[in-house]
Amino acid sequence: MKKILGIALAAAMTLSLAACGGNNNTPSGGSASSNPPANNSSAGTSTPDPAPGGELITVGVINNDPNESGYRTANDAAMRATFTEDNGYKATFYNNNDAAQQIATAQQMIQDEVDFLLLSPASTTGWDTVLQDAQAAGTQIILFDRMLEADESMYAAAVVSDMPAEGKTAVDWLAAQGLSEYNIIHIQGHMGSDAQLGRTGALDEKVAAEASWNYVTQQTADWDEATARTITQSVIDSGKPFNVIYAENNGMARGAVAALDAAGITHGKDGDVIVMGFDSDKWAMEAVLEGSWNYMGLCNPMQAETVDGIIKDLMAGKAPAQKKIFTPEQGFDAATITAEDVATYGT
Amino acid sequence: MTTPVKNPKSRVKRPDESLLKRLTRQQLFIPIAALTLLVLFNLIADPKFFAVTMKENSLGNPVLSGNIISVLDNASELVILAIGMTLVTASSGGQDISVGATMTIAGSVILRLVCAGQVNADTMQMNLFLAVFISIVVSMCFGAFNGALVAYFNIQPMVATLIMYTAGRSIAAWINNNQLPIINDVAFKYAGTFLPGIPVPTPIFITLLMVAVFWLVLKFTNLGLYTQSVGINPNSSRLNGLNPKMIKLLTYVILGVCVAVAGYIRISRSGSINYSRNAENIEMDAILAVALGGNALSGGKFNIYGSILGAYVIQFLTTTLYKYEVPSTALPAYKAVVVILLVVLSAPVVREKLANRKKASAKATAKEVS
Repeated sequence: MKKILGIALAAAMTLSLAACGGNNNTPSGGSASSNPPANNSSAGTSTPDPAPGGELITVGVINNDPNESGYRTANDAAMRATFTEDNGYKATFYNNNDAAQQIATAQQMIQDEVDFLLLSPASTTGWDTVLQDAQAAGTQIILFDRMLEADESMYAAAVVSDMPAEGKTAVDWLAAQGLSEYNIIHIQGHMGSDAQLGRTGALDEKVAAEASWNYVTQQTADWDEATARTITQSVIDSGKPFNVIYAENNGMARGAVAALDAAGITHGKDGDVIVMGFDSDKWAMEAVLEGSWNYMGLCNPMQAETVDGIIKDLMAGKAPAQKKIFTPEQGFDAATITAEDVATYGT
Repeated sequence: MTTPVKNPKSRVKRPDESLLKRLTRQQLFIPIAALTLLVLFNLIADPKFFAVTMKENSLGNPVLSGNIISVLDNASELVILAIGMTLVTASSGGQDISVGATMTIAGSVILRLVCAGQVNADTMQMNLFLAVFISIVVSMCFGAFNGALVAYFNIQPMVATLIMYTAGRSIAAWINNNQLPIINDVAFKYAGTFLPGIPVPTPIFITLLMVAVFWLVLKFTNLGLYTQSVGINPNSSRLNGLNPKMIKLLTYVILGVCVAVAGYIRISRSGSINYSRNAENIEMDAILAVALGGNALSGGKFNIYGSILGAYVIQFLTTTLYKYEVPSTALPAYKAVVVILLVVLSAPVVREKLANRKKASAKATAKEVS
């Protein structure tokens, strides 16, 4: 009995250790499981193979946790697929949603004298020392996906999503639907995040300005599908009329739709309720294509190639024309979306 | 060793006590009182809260809908977890804080099996029952891991389960190669939504089934008795021929089963998973349910039905707060206020003081009369 238990324990411990490596891809590399599968070309993250002749550009990539959402999974996978040895890079990756951990790792990477530090900051503040250290050490910083609060001179370039524009596009689209009355269930993301502020801002403005636009409820579900379902269910149970669901990401829109389906409320192109989501998930775009959702605001997770281009330009001594580059984004409407769009933009 | 009291109802009734006193002495008094208060509040504030209507869902099935149905439905995972958590608390005098993470592992295992590695699967690639069975086994293994740390290495339960609390979600992600799979098969969602033709949400039935199973187990086996005696005094239990370590381990394995069932219900509600958000903070609600049920968090005597009621109280409170549009960010604060009140009231020290004061006043009046 004891033997069996011992073996089981050892197995369980090994498993948990392997998985620890899976979450925090520390710069020193880790177990084989630390690379997500999308990264077919094994990225050479953990092989400390010194590059001959120093031809490889060393980059440190600090990103958020890829398990956070489908958007982040795609974003992380694209970075790992781009910054490979085949592509001329020696890259180390680090994923964490905790800004303090990100900052500590960034400082370590600067000490290791990486050429470029690619950064998707978990918080917009607290990065001053890192930026100064980087400047002193000659490490160039390129922000991707998320902004931080700093002077433009402190970083080489920023390839980010324009969140307020995403919100504005969506609200303009909604206004163009010409409903006589807008009774909106507004499901917000994690409060204070770049995406939530941008997507909420535009809608808040419109609701304040127009008499026929009302919030039935405005709640944060913290990007969580189950919470979004509960919020929607509670509105349905209360019997208040509503005709729009404005969810700040696709997962939450999916949760809301589950509540609608359970109550037999029709939604989508020919339904009673307009369903709107954000991000880039393929399944969400398919839902729009089928007409069961009405709108998806694209938040493009594919910054890797643009960043790659900027680095190659900088190495050739060419500074980017503008420091802040917004990834091209648009809204997809059930009436106009094509299967081609789904194939191109869906992740 | 004193024989542990199995059920407070079996206590000797003292005929000289007033009805109110006898009521407050009952372990179930706190959760029942809380539930009554919530019901009364809702009745007065808006009687429509209790309206249940028959609707037709998008698949054309007639389904029941209303706040009460939502409470019973949404409390399912919590109730099932609370049962396992009560046993763990009773035997080891500590709580498993990793249940949210291990629920995510259980869900991830099921999705991995039924999607067979596809990111977006339209049909199940494996028999659902087999997949759930495998996930239960996996979950029992993780329960055994936690239990072994607690029972054989004498680590504080909260510290021991902190390991899985931290690593669990990463393990869940690793099981599915860091992908977020989605299953669109209607049959997969039966357990989390409705069975065709049956208007009551399936999770309610699963919960009833689990409660019935545990009722039978506690009635016809010595599990309850052994768990209590180990929790009260492991040394004297050992001298009486029990194996306290084995029993502690067993309760964690049983919690593993509960976790797998709750994890299955959770993912079958939507057919997808989000590793960092799935069942987040549910461990705190589960522990709270145990405390609300009047169980001592330091172990020993327990009443499973108290925890079950406690779980329904928590869900009732959540649903009520949502109904009155309390911002969901402020929800935990409101919950905390209620929780502080209830927990302080149900603390043995406070109850003893209250009882003593009543006794003293009774004595005083008796003296005056004489």
